[in-house]
Amino acid sequence: MSDSATTRDTEATRLLLEVTVSRSRRVRDRLATWWMYGSFVVVVIPLGFILFYVVQKGLPELLTRGWFTQDIPAVSRKPGGGMAPAIVGTLVITLGASLMAVPLGILGAIYLHEYGGGGRLSRLIRFMADVMTGVPSIVMGLFIFTVFTLRFGLMGFGGALALACLMLPIVIRSTEEMLRLVPDELRQGSYALGNRKWRTIVTVVLPAALGGIVSGVMLAVARAAGETAPLLFTIGAARKINPSLFDGPNTALSMQIFSNAQTPYAAAQARAWGAALTLVGLVFLLTVVARIVSARFSLKHA
Amino acid sequence: MAPDQAAAHPAPVALSEAANASTSPMTDASVPEPDLAPVVFDVKDLSVYYGAFRAIRDASLEIRQHEIAAFIGPSGCGKSTMLRCFDRMNDLIEGARVEGQVLYHGVDLYDAAIDPVEVRKRIGMVFQKPNPFPKSIYDNVAFGPKLAGLKGSMDDRVEAALRRAALWDEVKDRLKKSAMGLSGGQQQRLCIARAIAVEPEVVLMDEPCSALDPIATARIEDLMQELKADYTIVIVTHNMQQAARVSDRTAFFTTEVNETSDTRTGVLVEYDVTDKMFSNPSDERTENYVTGRFG
Repeated sequence: MSDSATTRDTEATRLLLEVTVSRSRRVRDRLATWWMYGSFVVVVIPLGFILFYVVQKGLPELLTRGWFTQDIPAVSRKPGGGMAPAIVGTLVITLGASLMAVPLGILGAIYLHEYGGGGRLSRLIRFMADVMTGVPSIVMGLFIFTVFTLRFGLMGFGGALALACLMLPIVIRSTEEMLRLVPDELRQGSYALGNRKWRTIVTVVLPAALGGIVSGVMLAVARAAGETAPLLFTIGAARKINPSLFDGPNTALSMQIFSNAQTPYAAAQARAWGAALTLVGLVFLLTVVARIVSARFSLKHA
Repeated sequence: MAPDQAAAHPAPVALSEAANASTSPMTDASVPEPDLAPVVFDVKDLSVYYGAFRAIRDASLEIRQHEIAAFIGPSGCGKSTMLRCFDRMNDLIEGARVEGQVLYHGVDLYDAAIDPVEVRKRIGMVFQKPNPFPKSIYDNVAFGPKLAGLKGSMDDRVEAALRRAALWDEVKDRLKKSAMGLSGGQQQRLCIARAIAVEPEVVLMDEPCSALDPIATARIEDLMQELKADYTIVIVTHNMQQAARVSDRTAFFTTEVNETSDTRTGVLVEYDVTDKMFSNPSDERTENYVTGRFG
């Protein structure tokens, strides 16, 4: 009789303890969850607000006929016209900058991680890249202005150069991080099969790191697409579509936002909002593509 | 350090000629008697240094063709270091240095004229933790042959390698799927398939089963017995019973403590036919280890 009574008591006590302990824990857990959701909402509100505002102000412009095809009107007081030159300009200048910064950045990162080791040269390069990330974009613009524009004139290429200088350290650092994430055992496995170092990098390491590298590159490109200051002194202003980087002044969406926002006419203001929405849309598109590519080629996938 | 320093044209020819010259004719169903098989590796007074630290001291042994040689011993006694000398994987470690000779069919692997990359094409390695590439199963196995430019149908080659590695039936319907989706034991068999797809002469295995469950381990041990007919195998293992089950000859390593400099150096204690090593070893240290008195 005493045995079963003791067992019952022990059971009851145990259950009681369980309930009491877990209640305070549950309360704390719930508080923490609310706090996290609350923080998330606080963060998302300004983001959502900006997005909503830009769409609200910019969409009517985008929906006008010819926004994507017509040239920028010469008289900013008049409504109508389009942003085609700015769209083309942004695309062409960003593409030019990417073509310069991306291969250089990736190769530089490969050197730093695979060949450099801890040597003095690689430490210097890494340090300089870190310094470059901190250089204000307007200073980059001024630098290119002095070195290039004063000599060769206003053209899209100057802007591309300045943007490339901004993109380069980002590409180098993010690529190096992705290379670091590739486990060394993969390299060992490749060497053990009789593969040379450069071929190991090309056939094993880069494919394994590709998702992350592309993602990093896309983010650098998205940043460059939105920069204004480096373009201020280097590309001038154009009203007609100029698909060439080397043939005279060009314009870009960010420049158009800048100049139109400062012009007091309603039509100009509307155009600024439209350009803003176009730019946001472009950057959004690039980020989405970056996500898709990086998910598709992530380390786990063939 | 790059894996391909001191490449030279005469060397690859020397390696392949030496290998072909020493291939012994096989009798019908049996492997030649252990003592009659030609020597594949002849290690003479090998010492391996990592910087100033001496990891192995004066090791000498011979590994014969179509045998399984096992290296056993406590941790840190230089077994893996010794294994990695056979395919010059130690070159990849900063400051690694070798004294003495490792003769592969009479050619010193550490001769200045020898290209380590050529060495690794003939001597394959399987690692402790399975390391398949994040590619498809097919691409993993085809990786080596494609690289070496081997002729013939790649599909057939991949299938043959996977069959040899006892993995074909499990993966034949999903060759294009990622290798990362396989279980640990399957991944290790895939790594073995990948290593044998390039048709090496020797397969080195560095604790191939230590990351696997007992059933997967048993499958790989069976696999080793089958592979023995076509390859020479050297394995490093922590598991004495595995060495006793699988190998023809066993080498026992241990650490010697240097009182003055307070460093431990690996040393080869004894190397003999497995049955003798486990039933009647010559050295007392070996006996202590295999009977479980220490280690």
